[in-house]
Amino acid sequence: MTEQTPRLGSVDATPALQPGEPVWQVLLRSPVAGPLTALLLACLVFSLGTPTFFRTENISLIFQQSVVVGTLALGQTLIILTAGIDLANGSIAVLGMVVMAKYAVEGGDPIVALLLGFAVCMVMAGVSGTIVSRFNLPPFIVTLGMLTAIAASTRLYSSSTSYTVSPSLLTWLGNSIKVGGATVPYSIFVWLALFAGAHYVLTQTAAGRHIFAVGDNIEAARLAGIDVKRTLLAVYVAAGAIYAIGAWEALGRIPVADPNGYATANLNSITAVVIGGTSLFGGRGGVFGTLIGTLIVAVLGNGLTQAGIDSLYQQVAIGILVIVAVAVDQLVRRRRAS
Amino acid sequence: MSSEKTLAGAAESGKLPAPILEARGLVKHYGHITALDGTDFDLRAGEVLGLVGDNGAGKSTLIKALSGAIIPDAGEILLDGQKVSFQSPHDARVAGIETVYQDLAVAPALDIASNMYLGREVRRKDLLGVLFRKLDYGYMRETATRHLMELGIGLKSVRQTMETLSGGQRQAVAVARAAAWGRRIIIMDEPTAALGVRQSGQVLELVQRIRARGLAVVLISHNMPQVFEVADRIYILRLGRRAAVLRPQDTTMADVVSIMVGAIEGDVSGRGPGAGATPTAAPSGYSLTSLDPHRS
Repeated sequence: MTEQTPRLGSVDATPALQPGEPVWQVLLRSPVAGPLTALLLACLVFSLGTPTFFRTENISLIFQQSVVVGTLALGQTLIILTAGIDLANGSIAVLGMVVMAKYAVEGGDPIVALLLGFAVCMVMAGVSGTIVSRFNLPPFIVTLGMLTAIAASTRLYSSSTSYTVSPSLLTWLGNSIKVGGATVPYSIFVWLALFAGAHYVLTQTAAGRHIFAVGDNIEAARLAGIDVKRTLLAVYVAAGAIYAIGAWEALGRIPVADPNGYATANLNSITAVVIGGTSLFGGRGGVFGTLIGTLIVAVLGNGLTQAGIDSLYQQVAIGILVIVAVAVDQLVRRRRAS
Repeated sequence: MSSEKTLAGAAESGKLPAPILEARGLVKHYGHITALDGTDFDLRAGEVLGLVGDNGAGKSTLIKALSGAIIPDAGEILLDGQKVSFQSPHDARVAGIETVYQDLAVAPALDIASNMYLGREVRRKDLLGVLFRKLDYGYMRETATRHLMELGIGLKSVRQTMETLSGGQRQAVAVARAAAWGRRIIIMDEPTAALGVRQSGQVLELVQRIRARGLAVVLISHNMPQVFEVADRIYILRLGRRAAVLRPQDTTMADVVSIMVGAIEGDVSGRGPGAGATPTAAPSGYSLTSLDPHRS
């Protein structure tokens, strides 16, 4: 037996561990560094290039345009962090909207209508979560099936008609206050509060650590004693509740529940998550990135319109951004793995 | 009572430490394959027991039964002479048995401290912790750091993610996690299988350090020189049964391999005077920094 102290792969000669490191290093390493730079750059270019972009009213508009897809993207982030994906989130929210609106239009109490909408969204997402966690089926296929089935069921349930709700609790989130001359609907505050809450849970609680661990290495999470199935199911049900909030926000924005609406919201939410730097392979990322990702999409659309450029270019730009974001993610993963 | 005292006395004198973990007549069938066929097993306090056997001899099944990952069809397991029945790995962990798995059960994107506390996170004791379940990162990082230093594992920071570590460093963290939480026994399934020569040597030294701290270790390995280097006793499993228990200084690698493959009969007793373990360090009791706020 040797007398020397085995220091496993010691990085430096001093045995002392450094618990902290410079803040700028942490920032640079932070996965939101890239998306945040892109957002600020886009804002700078549009502010200099157009006279109308950098106005409180326009900034408020960008947030208003972001809020529904941004809320769906928040739920999407939680699921993608577990190495899943939810193609059905838009259709779940639309079903929630139709259930809320139909019940209210037919004379029901708006509070009951709202609760029914929440219940339906949570149950639908819970069905996806149950199938994914109990039967170990790939989330892509499960939620693709759910998307098709829910979208069709919504049309059957509504007889393919839209429901227009009169001002009530259901449209309450559309009410606004004046902030510096701009109208800011309540839904924006709800959206931002949701992000803060989700960020707290993900980074400061054990439940959050478990979500990352399940997405990162599900077998390690299981062996560490984490109830993997319960964690997965809880994430899907929580996402369902967030989709219901998205449905509520959507009724506040436009008080019409259209069974054919928000048809591409699922893909838009995935776009926002990916541009925000959350890995499609699970286990890395966060909701702050998704907030930035959502805003990047909205800023590009808004800015290009202000500059008088065909909005189709926005979609070209978004498409390129998605590919760049995934490429960066792959690069980071590969470099760290080696 | 009196017999227990005699055993304890024997353990203190270092002649015959009492078995800390024992198994009698374990049987496990998978369909019509018999993985364990009446296996007996004993692990003594403060020793490193090398567990060897050919592929399919039942090594993995045996340690899974001991660590609660499977429930044997028959037979009994005794911990400190008390019969136990583990229904899950969690039960075994509660009893003080930790397992280091072959495929490195760590979350690569999480940092070292998070991995060491995975599934056992510590909440703050103040109102934030009680009402909002806020985790006590300061405590967890500090304790994880101290624990790693005590085991002589030098790393830059416990905030590093696991994926930034080398294979040997990752294995070291996995072993350190087991040593931190295992109050009595650490089971290691091929901890050096994926490592290079130098890194393997470092993990083996870590095994010896853990033993010096009073924990008993079951080390499963295919690598005969490694087993001979660190094991106090070598347990040879063949066809789901104990074929022999030998001390490395009483035997040769060739003999062990012969018993493994059934070319020669083994000494099944394993309890003769020669086979009694004489651990290099007497069990000194648990002396590592505990990660658990409830025990420190």
